[in-house]
Amino acid sequence: MKLTLKIWRQKNKDSKGEFKVYPIDGIEGDMSFLEMLDILNEQLINNNEEPVHFDHDCREGICGTCSLQINGQPHGPDRLTTTCHLHMRSFSDGDTIVIEPFRATAFPVIRDLVVDRSSFERIQQAGGYVSVNTSGNTIDANAIPVNKHDADESFNSAACIGCGACVAACKNASAMLFTSAKISQYSLLPQGKIEATERVLNMVRQMDEEGFGNCTNTGACEIECPKGITLVNIARMNREYTAASLKKPLSNSWS
Amino acid sequence: MAILTSSIARKVAMALSGLFLVFFLLQHMVVNLTAVINPETYNSLSHFMGNDGFVQFLLQPILMFGFIFHIVMGIVLEIRNNNARKIKYNTYKGNRNSSWMSRNMIVTGIMILLFLGLHLYDFWFPEINYKYIETNPLDLERYYPHLLDKFADPVRTGIYCLAFIFLMLHLWHGFSSAFQSLGWNNKYSRAIRGFTRFYAVAVPFGFIFIALYLYLIQ
Amino acid sequence: MSKLDSKIPSGPLAEKWTKHKNNINLVNPANKRNIDVIVVGTGLAGASAAATLAELGYNVKTFCYQDSPRRAHSIAAQGGINASKNYQGDGDSDYRLFYDTIKGGDYRAREANVYRLAEVSGNIIDQCVAQGVPFAREYGGLLDNRSFGGVLVSRTFYAKGQTGQQLLLGAYSAMNRQINRGKIEAFNRHEMLDIVLVDGRARGIIARDLVTGEIERHSAHAVVIASGGYGNIFFLSTNAMGSNVTASWKVHKKGAFFANPCYTQIHPTCIPVSGEHQSKLTLMSESLRNDGRIWVPKKKEDAEAIRNGTKTANDIKPEDRDYYLERRYPSFGNLVPRDVASRAAKERCDAGYGVNKTGQAVFLDFATAIERYGKEQASIHGIHNPTQEEIKKFGREVIKNKYGNLFQMYEKIVDQNPYETPMMIYPAVHYTMGGIWVDYNLESTIPGCYVLGEANFSDHGANRLGASALMQGLADGYFVLPYTIGDSLSKDIRTGKIPTDLPEFEEAERNVVQMLERLINNNGKHSVDYFHKKLGKIMWDKCGMARNAKHLQEAMVEIRQLREEFWRDVKVPGEMYGMNAELEKAMRVADFLELGELFAKDALHREESCGGHFREEYQTEEGEALRDDENFMYVAAWEYTGDPKDAILHKEELIYENIEVKARSYK
Repeated sequence: MKLTLKIWRQKNKDSKGEFKVYPIDGIEGDMSFLEMLDILNEQLINNNEEPVHFDHDCREGICGTCSLQINGQPHGPDRLTTTCHLHMRSFSDGDTIVIEPFRATAFPVIRDLVVDRSSFERIQQAGGYVSVNTSGNTIDANAIPVNKHDADESFNSAACIGCGACVAACKNASAMLFTSAKISQYSLLPQGKIEATERVLNMVRQMDEEGFGNCTNTGACEIECPKGITLVNIARMNREYTAASLKKPLSNSWS
Repeated sequence: MAILTSSIARKVAMALSGLFLVFFLLQHMVVNLTAVINPETYNSLSHFMGNDGFVQFLLQPILMFGFIFHIVMGIVLEIRNNNARKIKYNTYKGNRNSSWMSRNMIVTGIMILLFLGLHLYDFWFPEINYKYIETNPLDLERYYPHLLDKFADPVRTGIYCLAFIFLMLHLWHGFSSAFQSLGWNNKYSRAIRGFTRFYAVAVPFGFIFIALYLYLIQ
Repeated sequence: MSKLDSKIPSGPLAEKWTKHKNNINLVNPANKRNIDVIVVGTGLAGASAAATLAELGYNVKTFCYQDSPRRAHSIAAQGGINASKNYQGDGDSDYRLFYDTIKGGDYRAREANVYRLAEVSGNIIDQCVAQGVPFAREYGGLLDNRSFGGVLVSRTFYAKGQTGQQLLLGAYSAMNRQINRGKIEAFNRHEMLDIVLVDGRARGIIARDLVTGEIERHSAHAVVIASGGYGNIFFLSTNAMGSNVTASWKVHKKGAFFANPCYTQIHPTCIPVSGEHQSKLTLMSESLRNDGRIWVPKKKEDAEAIRNGTKTANDIKPEDRDYYLERRYPSFGNLVPRDVASRAAKERCDAGYGVNKTGQAVFLDFATAIERYGKEQASIHGIHNPTQEEIKKFGREVIKNKYGNLFQMYEKIVDQNPYETPMMIYPAVHYTMGGIWVDYNLESTIPGCYVLGEANFSDHGANRLGASALMQGLADGYFVLPYTIGDSLSKDIRTGKIPTDLPEFEEAERNVVQMLERLINNNGKHSVDYFHKKLGKIMWDKCGMARNAKHLQEAMVEIRQLREEFWRDVKVPGEMYGMNAELEKAMRVADFLELGELFAKDALHREESCGGHFREEYQTEEGEALRDDENFMYVAAWEYTGDPKDAILHKEELIYENIEVKARSYK
């Protein structure tokens, strides 16, 4: 099929970007979206132009590196699909495809379609862990029984691949789905409950400092999340945060 | 300070003030409905609302604070949220993943705010003027005629009805959203959403009904 | 030859590790604060090592080319992680795990290392659970296990089909804790381009900031390489697009021996190549072979008809189907080890029975399983004369519960419903058992340079069993390196900070910059991918699943020519400073083009068939792999001398004292 690509080009984070239009031909339905971009890049290189930069790595829907706002939706039109798993059969001959980077003040563009998601890193560094040494001298794994329902719920939250589609989809560029999934993953397990109060306070503080917007419960994040993380996580975070904020001033402990 | 300024604190405050206003709406509608059923009851209830010290000097300031807080916070959040994405998308298909109502709370909110100005101009200022500026004597019968007078004008009636439509849109998302903000997303959520949506339609519809009724009987 | 001292402690096998730990030199906590360690790569091995070293008190710098350590390709592992916990009470033990791993590796792994791996495997699970890794659980709240190919016990712990992701998030969270404490400095979007040796010891690296393009010097008292495998030398593999050999290869060129480069694992169940545009291959978990039956048509005309599209799989009558694994290996059937299953698929396709348009695919059919489960479920539901429709419905439900996400992924990629028509699969490069040679302490032949995980050669011999890679990565990082590294760092407590203005750093940086400049200014005709694809084709055709001396000799020549052509004719657009993906690729492919030659040389010299290395000249009459224990029971460790073709072979003899060396048979 024949397509027209309208792609955001930007040399580096300080330069002003613009859209450029590239016609492309010979695209087959079996190609993945990124393979279509590979073909475009091969053509650009052969024409002595610089290829379009985009983030990608595993190309099997799990590493969370790929991004792209495709025709106004993060990871394109298909549900529960990352860009690397989006196939060209979802488009038809003659289509114009607008490809933009994920837009958020907390995700500055590095080049073309590549954005800097290190704000996500810092949110996790602020408390997304259980403070246990990796000495191997912990108790036996089966000494901590976990209710299967909780374990499964925790897993569902932990399935977040940190791609940032939630932020990209949200009209407010809010990172609450991501942050809440990372908080829930631990707070649902007995191992993580011990530090739950500090964790939710610290991670939310970091999230706010990064300049993400506020959640207005539109639910766009949940729909666009390639891993099906639900709004239940955000509700849980709201609950935990409120409880933690009320509890902390009354608590004796300093840390 | 985090308890007051963090994103979640703002969200919770928005939800609580919103729920308070939602409750106020119900009370307001019930009082108005009496105008349809029995003008005398309407007059006496209005008189009570306007002259009871508890309502006037405790509940009314709380209500005003609730309104102002909800409005100011709504605008503050809108500005912050706009700053969270300084460079906008060229193409943004919000309708593929969220409702129009959820994305346009500021639009419906501002429309309601504008209406609120008109509404205060129509009822609250004359009332204040009557009671405190001109210090007229008590008149237990004046409320219903004043009400009828306002709804004699088809344009004003139309504006009121339109405003209630915006209220409906605002409530459609806002009421159920408040529960999510407060962390109530569980097995009862479907029921809660059903109830809030019924409420979101029923209450503004009640207001519309009253407005049209008052216009049509004249 | 004397250079290869594996430093295996003496004494009985089961006591070696404990004894070694007791005798090892330690660094006192106050001194650890004065010692810096660089960790390159943040997959399971790198992240777990970085976290543990930082916890112990060392100052750690981590480097990864991804934008987050959590995106390293360990994340893509699906099936699970082995541990000899014996929670199922089915007779598992450290010894059994050790035995299975040695046998699975076709008797080409080092006994002492593998035993240690089995010994610490249980600790890994304890550690991960304590960190909050959400493993699958039973209703009683205890951990669930499943079984994997090639073994007789249930010892695999898993988190649905995302075990790798969950384990990596665990190790990453441990890293985050140390980053928050200031003990780890994480350099993301950075690529190591050379190692720096001072007085023969590893003392730092040269790295490129992939965002700004700046070349940076980083010094440390030891350098840990955990940069993964080199499967991308084949262009198409299940590795991530960015996976590369550069860190390992640079270390090799500076003196670390490269061991067994030819041991490559070709995984039998991957989604077949669909066309020229293909950029990577996707694995379907080995667990599918528990319920799927693999077949091709018995008649060539049927296979042709399927390829032309005039017939579909469902048109082939049961008696016209050749369930070749069940036919050839009646006792293991569809559950033979990966190397055996892969070769059998290739054999059928080469004989003309392949079933997709390229002729490079076989069917993986769930119809029998659907029917079996369907009948079972119907009876459970009290339906005694179920209709065919009811059986199908119930059966599909069961299959969906077990493999739903894999079926969904297949449908997304291939656009066919695997519940209706059989899946098409074909083998693909998946894992490389070879890597940098390390001793028992995981130290390479460069003092102070340690190599972990897939990047080293140590534990899997010539073939890796399923669910063992995650185990090895975490064992190395959490429980082995943090002990063994102390032995050499204890000599560094008075060294002080290593300055980065030493001439060694200057020279290394100069070389890196020269190479980058040469690529940028080359102005050739072809893109990097053009060469990478060509290299991949040579590797796959001549060094792939079945190799022979003639092809390997040709491959050596062709790769050399391709390398020369690359340097003459590659075109790298853009600039050196700033983000430049083509330049990154060019640097990686340049190293693959050198490794490829050594790969072929190693495969050529190993005149036997073992595990993932199959030489057509060395097979039994039935076409099974034929080992030559008398002449080749050794690790081939290659020393770089300036040109891959002139690499010098060093042998580490493998001694089996605790296990009887036998021929593997799955008949």
